[in-house]
Amino acid sequence: MTGNEMSGASEGGMERHQYDVVVVGAGGAGLRAAIAAHEAGARTAVVCKSLLGKAHTVMAEGGIAAAMGNRWPEDNWEVHFRDTMRGGKMLNNWRMAQLHAQEAPERVQELEDWGALFDRTEDGLISQRDFGGHKYARLAHVGDRTGLEMIRTLQQRTVQLGIDVFMECTVTELLKDGERISGAFGYWRETGRFITFDAPTVILATGGIGKSFKVTSNSWEYTGDGHALALRAGAALINMEFVQFHPTGMVWPPSVKGLLVTESVRGDGGILRNSEGKRFMFDYIPEFFRSETADTEEEADRWYDDKKNNRRPPELLPRDEVARAINSEIKAGRGTPHGGIYLDIASRRTPEFIRKRLPSMYHQFKELADVDITQEPMEIGPTCHYVMGGVEVDADTQESAVTGLYAVGECSGGMHGSNRLGGNSLGDLLVFGKRAGEAASAYAAGLGAARPAIRDEDLKAAQASALAPFEVEGGENPYTIQQDLQQSMNDLVGIIRTGAELEESLREIEAFKERARTMVVEGHRQYNPGWHLSIDLRNMLLVSEAIAKAALAREESRGGHTRDDFPKTDNEVWGTKNLVVTLDAGGTGVDLHEKPLPVMPDELKKYFD
Amino acid sequence: MGYDLKMRVWRGDTDGGELVDYTVEVSEGEVVLDALHRLQATQSGDLAIRWNCKAGKCGSCSAEINGRPKLLCMTRLSDFEPTETITVTPMRTFPVIRDLVTDVSYNYEKAKELPYAQLPPRDADGKRRMAQIDVERGQEFRKCIECFLCQNTCHVVRDHEDNKPAFAGPRFFLRYAELDMHPLDTHDRRALAQGAAGIGMCNITKCCTEVCPEGIKITDNAIIPMKERVVDRKYDPLVWLGNKIGIRNKDNDGRTEV
Repeated sequence: MTGNEMSGASEGGMERHQYDVVVVGAGGAGLRAAIAAHEAGARTAVVCKSLLGKAHTVMAEGGIAAAMGNRWPEDNWEVHFRDTMRGGKMLNNWRMAQLHAQEAPERVQELEDWGALFDRTEDGLISQRDFGGHKYARLAHVGDRTGLEMIRTLQQRTVQLGIDVFMECTVTELLKDGERISGAFGYWRETGRFITFDAPTVILATGGIGKSFKVTSNSWEYTGDGHALALRAGAALINMEFVQFHPTGMVWPPSVKGLLVTESVRGDGGILRNSEGKRFMFDYIPEFFRSETADTEEEADRWYDDKKNNRRPPELLPRDEVARAINSEIKAGRGTPHGGIYLDIASRRTPEFIRKRLPSMYHQFKELADVDITQEPMEIGPTCHYVMGGVEVDADTQESAVTGLYAVGECSGGMHGSNRLGGNSLGDLLVFGKRAGEAASAYAAGLGAARPAIRDEDLKAAQASALAPFEVEGGENPYTIQQDLQQSMNDLVGIIRTGAELEESLREIEAFKERARTMVVEGHRQYNPGWHLSIDLRNMLLVSEAIAKAALAREESRGGHTRDDFPKTDNEVWGTKNLVVTLDAGGTGVDLHEKPLPVMPDELKKYFD
Repeated sequence: MGYDLKMRVWRGDTDGGELVDYTVEVSEGEVVLDALHRLQATQSGDLAIRWNCKAGKCGSCSAEINGRPKLLCMTRLSDFEPTETITVTPMRTFPVIRDLVTDVSYNYEKAKELPYAQLPPRDADGKRRMAQIDVERGQEFRKCIECFLCQNTCHVVRDHEDNKPAFAGPRFFLRYAELDMHPLDTHDRRALAQGAAGIGMCNITKCCTEVCPEGIKITDNAIIPMKERVVDRKYDPLVWLGNKIGIRNKDNDGRTEV
């Protein structure tokens, strides 16, 4: 890929590059940040673990939430802002939710300027579809492969602008000069050779943490790299207890368990039934959403065509509500043969409609499960999908507590509060990707010649740390530790949590850390997945501890955090503060603090009266 | 319903390699990538495989299974007899890096040579208008997941390394066709498709279409229409006559040749 020639056996030297802005991650957020930085005049590099165009954004299906008003002229940023805050159970950083709602429409239009081909309305405008928690049909989409369209558009734009992309290259350490970022260190996966970037700014856009869980919709890359890099560099993470379990993942066959089934199935008319054939979501409408949710099947069915006079179907409640309901039905013994719930669109829409609107889902079930979704219901169950928590950043610039370190997209925190609405992720990537790219290049430009410098001893330490797994003899292989961690997180820090289980999980994580200290990899440095995993595993362990610790501390249930022993949402105690984690003194674990939530100004409070 | 699957996997690097025999336990509903992952986790920790989504959406895990270009994640074990030995080799058209991972940089170099959408200004209200039926032609091509199986299969480069500099390959002919069919695009790229991309070298054997995991009709819907339009421009006697006497083909109104 890379043009560098080094046999796997040889020691090799160190490659070194100078940039103004280094973006880690090439999903929607990373590419949008890189484009913005480049257009602002910064020398910009993108560094990514996979090939360009393969990032997890391609898996996004439903669409980009943006109040463009193409279907419903009544829609505007205020309504979108309100939906976002309510979906996050008011724990969102209000300023991020506001900026997101205001700027998403222009970010979508921009994609179209760059060649994206969205589905159209009858008037030829960008079509918008219904999704959970959004008052109006608001998601700009391309069938059910919106993420692919987004990544390809951004990828082609990146190439067009001539931005340097370092593919299959993993960043393992951030480097600092005093309190400021001075660069990043990593290795080429292809050769194992080391690489250093001298850069005053690093934008983390590494996505999420889902690979710490056994049942997940996330790919191998989702090992919490950005979260862990930020912690080790001295930044803080917020809201780590909030992990989104998407209500609808495939449950069968085992090989695809957890694979995402888009929310668009429900947005386009699909409903949930238990093994007794009951449309059970009507039994799970929470007080918070009762006034805006239909309480009869008739009203719910009328809503698709007449939104003014009817309320939303309960299948389109925010994801946390639907996932919990499905979990309860399965636990009560009303699940399907493979331990899921039925998601039925076959009996509600024509085969032509389904194939047209949901082509990827049709293909996915046909190819992988031998199920024709135009003829029979799908079997689905909750799957670990998204982490709301992430690097604590300034809302306007996405800068962390460390000067020169920025975080965008899933690896940043605050925007989504305790629960993210579907469709708000793709908008998040674009809006804050652009903001971070611009802020980072402005900071870099202002530095002049007084740039932070990398210290040689830091580079030596980074190399030693990366090679450590080769030095050990007789330890375990990293795959075994990873599998045990995934099982443990699934069992003890999953969709329903208890204090005792969370304490148990923290003990288990300590034991995994101990085992990881002596893990061993075979072979040499050239394209060696075992070695790569051994490095990623350290990040997974650190982030898993952050999740479990925050989940244990938050003694209430809210959004993507449900405590069986504290089932109520406690606004008095927990509605006004965030849990924040930072690296502990030993550097291998995390400390927990509380921090007051930013207070929303009065002119925005009026939307919640 | 698990059973022991016999596999032969190509192991090696740029210096050469060989097929290595393995036996691995597999179970119902699994795909070839599951079997390889189990090998990796239990017998061969450094087995190099490129993969990401494991759902046929990212196009990373392209390889050849019993000699056929396939995505490892979308090839189900139930397509084979349990007694059958499954042989997995890297894509043949691209240089091997290690084991099943190949150097696909040819494709990324070709991507840099491509033209881009050039749209006119937006409408007065800041939006753009296109009919659904008009965007659908381009949307078919934009389903492409860049697995590069079509590039791997195309005999113009598979059997003729020396054609690579002059030939963009099926994946990128899709891009030319997509831009050509974009309802708002302002450029005429037929000359470019002929010259820089080498579309004339394709002799429409449809191998690319056969291996496309997205079912894109690469040859029928992209390459042949593009070839026809290239030919129209160059050789159509009516177009030639029209140009001579000052009658223009309205098909390309509003498009500038690049």
